[in-house]
Formats: sequence, structure tokens, C-alpha cells
Amino acid sequence: MRTAFIDQLIKEATENESIFLLVGDLGYSVVEPFAEKFPDRFLNAGIAEQNMTGVAAGLAMEGYNVFTYSIGNFPTLRCMEQIRYDVCYHNLSVKIVAVGGGYAYGPLGVSHHTTEDIGMLRTIPNLTVCAPGDPVETRMVTSFLCNHSGPGYLRLGKAGEKIIHDGPLQETGNHFPKITEGKETVVLTTGGMLETATAYVRANNLPWGIYSVPFIKPMNEEALLRIGGAYAKVITLEEHQASAGFGSAILEGFNNLVTAGKLTRFPDVKRIAIPDMFVGYAGTQDYIRKQVGLHL
Amino acid sequence: MQAKLTSGQIALAAAKRIVTLAYEKKASHIGGALSVKDILAVLYADILRYDPAVPGSPGRDRLFYSKGHACMALYAVLCETGFFNEDMLNTFTADGSYFTSHVNHKVPGIELSTGSLGHAFGVACGVALAANRKHQSHRVYVILSDGELDEGSNWEAFLFAAHHRLSNMVVIIDYNKVQSFGTVNEVMGLEPLADKLRSFGWDTTEIDGHDHEALRKTFASAAESQKPVAVIAHTIKGKGVSFMEGKLEWHYKSPSSAQWQEALASLEQNNV
Repeated sequence: MRTAFIDQLIKEATENESIFLLVGDLGYSVVEPFAEKFPDRFLNAGIAEQNMTGVAAGLAMEGYNVFTYSIGNFPTLRCMEQIRYDVCYHNLSVKIVAVGGGYAYGPLGVSHHTTEDIGMLRTIPNLTVCAPGDPVETRMVTSFLCNHSGPGYLRLGKAGEKIIHDGPLQETGNHFPKITEGKETVVLTTGGMLETATAYVRANNLPWGIYSVPFIKPMNEEALLRIGGAYAKVITLEEHQASAGFGSAILEGFNNLVTAGKLTRFPDVKRIAIPDMFVGYAGTQDYIRKQVGLHL
Repeated sequence: MQAKLTSGQIALAAAKRIVTLAYEKKASHIGGALSVKDILAVLYADILRYDPAVPGSPGRDRLFYSKGHACMALYAVLCETGFFNEDMLNTFTADGSYFTSHVNHKVPGIELSTGSLGHAFGVACGVALAANRKHQSHRVYVILSDGELDEGSNWEAFLFAAHHRLSNMVVIIDYNKVQSFGTVNEVMGLEPLADKLRSFGWDTTEIDGHDHEALRKTFASAAESQKPVAVIAHTIKGKGVSFMEGKLEWHYKSPSSAQWQEALASLEQNNV
């Protein structure tokens, strides 16, 4: 995903001179092509994420569309208040990019497990929260953020994620990219769990629908309404704490639709997420996902 | 456009507004507002390039006011220099007013909302970096309190600005020696502060932060520096109101009617 991100960012920056990339002393063997091509719009801000986020806000005040890039919790939780107050209250075009969403850096330990970011960030006004499901979605979401005025968060995996969509997406912007239609039951995933859901449904030849939800906030309630009307049972799957994450956002979305009278029946929602725990042992991403129950 | 005021006129008028706002609106942080008013008065009278009719004009100098709690001083100076009128200022802290008691960018002339300490310096670094990258000549000023130097984020910014040679930046520390719950020396000593900043790569000057001539000279010569400039302005918390000077309690208290009258008389007498 990170390669898809940087490729798309370079493509966009070639045509859009406002794009600026700040990195927190990370991005080795990923961001160099951008730095070489656009030295005037690149800076390594050092291992100082609070300052990097402030600098990003300042650059954005002066007309740049700034991407900050680092691992998981560092450009996010480490500088929550800079994100909330400097970036989001001032509604500035700063896009926070975290690589290593979920347990992508599983063996590196809890410091590198990015499992609370969605919940924390989606409470902040003005912030668009994105977690693409594969490299194809990563390109689409990166392109969207490059052309979006205001703050954004992009949660990426690492490298080597499988391409799930055959060819480019039919639609761009905030929507639910479809993998397959189904009957009765639908799986909604965000981020890299798309591959898990798709593999399971295909291997077991189940008649389930599968949709990816790369935009967690704002939630596309029209898309959610169509899902709620078409399926009685909804399974949400995410690599994030169960509290306040993607499944919670889906529940809130359905609740809004039901209370607004747009949806007559609240679907049966089963949330699959991390059950309020840290993982203090090493493990590959697949191993940890299985241990904490992130499977269908 | 009103006639140009001297820094002395702005400082006295601002000081009177500060004590009056604190009295009428029962507001806190009068001490830190009075300690910084001379710095602001000199900047707005003689140093900054700005047009109050076009607060966001691209060529303006940018001032980032990190000690947002001392908002009354900046609001008062912006009122004196024509960014908004007295009626607007008098909505201070009222229901629905943008004049919150930590500075708010929704008020004309305020670049950045602050109030959580240790934020504005990093943002100002981004603005100064943008000016360098775009070959623009405006300058970037940051006003920090002494107590907020406890925040690590400020030291990230000190490192950053020096490393990237942001010589278009001037950081002014309002060193009034009293922070929220004790003196600076009691809570988290900063000395030797000038040595610290010089060792971080900053062109550092220590001056009397109430001496307008010294402030003017220091700010004017800052433009010559090849490095970012730090001005340690030694000030007195509550400056100009004799019974408030150096007193921790005036970080919090608002004056009674009698104290307000006494404060106005004291300001006249001390001719701040």
C-alpha cells in the first residue's frame, strides 16, 4: 500500500504544485523518489512528530497541501492535540499518513501496533478518516486527499498487500467499493482486512456480499442505507479496537438512518474487532490477527 | 485610517483596556497580559507590516501569539491599531462572541488560535519555512511565555528553526518569572536560558521587555541576522499596576471595583 501511495502522490504532485511531503525521519526506500523529484516540496522534519504536525499546519496556512508521513501511532496519537487544535480547528489541508495500520508491524511490539487510531481520530471535527483496503483503493483515496481541501487521515498497511480489485475502481470518492453482491449477509471491512474477508468468502463459496469501506468518516449514509435495505445481517471486520472503531461507526450510521426514518429495520450487526486488549507478544500480522479473533 | 499611534500611546491605552476588561468581564490572566503589552505595542507601532483593513494580506508579517491565555493584551492592541472596534472587543467572553479568553483566529488579526501551550512555535516554523521556499520577504514573530518553555514541543521547534536556518523568525520570550503555580525558578528553572538558546543555534539577546527603545532596536536589527533570533524580554508580571507587580495571584484574580480604580490610577502614575 505504501508503494501505491507514494506512486500516486508523485503522480498528483507532478500536476499539483501545492503538494508537500513531510516525513518524521521515516520512509527509507519508500519516499526517496518524491524527495528527488520535488526537493522544494519535501522535508525530513526529524523525530519530532508534534513539531512536524505544527510545521505542516503552518505550511498549509501558506497554501500547501501537506502530507505528514510516519509509522502508526507517531504522526497520530503522539500529536493528537496538534491534530485537533492546530490542524482541524483551523481546517487546514494537512493529510496525516500512518503506515503500519493494525498489526502490520506485529513483531515490533505494542509501540508499533496501530489499533486505536480510528477511534481517536474520528471524533475530531473536520477530519476525513480513510483506511483503504488494497493498493487499488490506496491510489483512489490518495488521489481524493490530494484534491481535498481540509484535514485528512490515511491509514495504510505496509507493503505486499494483495490487490483485491480487478482493475481500477468504477467510482471514485467516498463510496463503498464492491467486491461482490450477496444474499442475506454482507461483510463490511475497512483497511487491510478486506483480503481476509474476500479469501474466506471465496474459499467457502458463501453467498455473502463483500464491500470495502475506505472512508470511515464522513460515513456515506446513502451507501449504508442501500446495504441496510438489502441485507438482514451485517458483519463488520476491522484491525482496530472494538471500542469507537469502524464497527462502531457502522452502528452509529445505522442508528442515524433508523432514527431518521430512512431505514425501517435495524440490521443484525456482528462486529469483529480487537476485544479491548494489548498484544504483548511478538507475532506476524496473520498470527496476531488469529490470536485476537480477527477472522470470520 | 486613524492617526498613527506611538508605542507608548498604544501600551498605555492597551493597559487600561486590559484592567478594564479584567474587571468588567471577571477575566483571569491580567498579570501576563500586562507583562507582554510593551512588546506588542512596539511590534504593532513600529515593526510589523500589516494593514488592519486587510488582516490576511499576503505580504503581512505574521505574529504567532503562543501565550494565548494573555489574550487581553493582544485583543487590546489590535483594537488600538484598528483591526476591530471597541464594541466588538466589548463582547469579550460574552455568549456567542469569538473573543474567547484564549486567542481565537476567528478574530481579525489573530493568525492562530492558541491556549494550549507549546503549539504556535511549530506552526510558525511551517509558515517561516513556506516563506523561504516561496522566496517571500515577510517575517514571522512568535511570542512565548516563560512557563510554556516547560513544554517539550517548543524545544523541538527551537531545534528545527535553527537547523533549517529560519532567519526570518524572531521568537520573543516574555520572561516575567512567574508561571501558573509558582515562580519559574520554583517550578522548572530555565537558567541559563540565553546560553541554552545560543547553544541551540539562536542569535540571542536579553533586554528589558518594558524598554520601548531597546525593543525597537533589537527587533530592527534582527533582520540582519543569518540565524533565527531569540529575544529574552525580561518583564514584570502585572507591570504598571503597582499592587499587581510580581504577584502570582494576578495570574487568576480579576480586580474588584476599588482595585480597578486603583489600577487605572496606578497606570497613569507609572506612565507605562
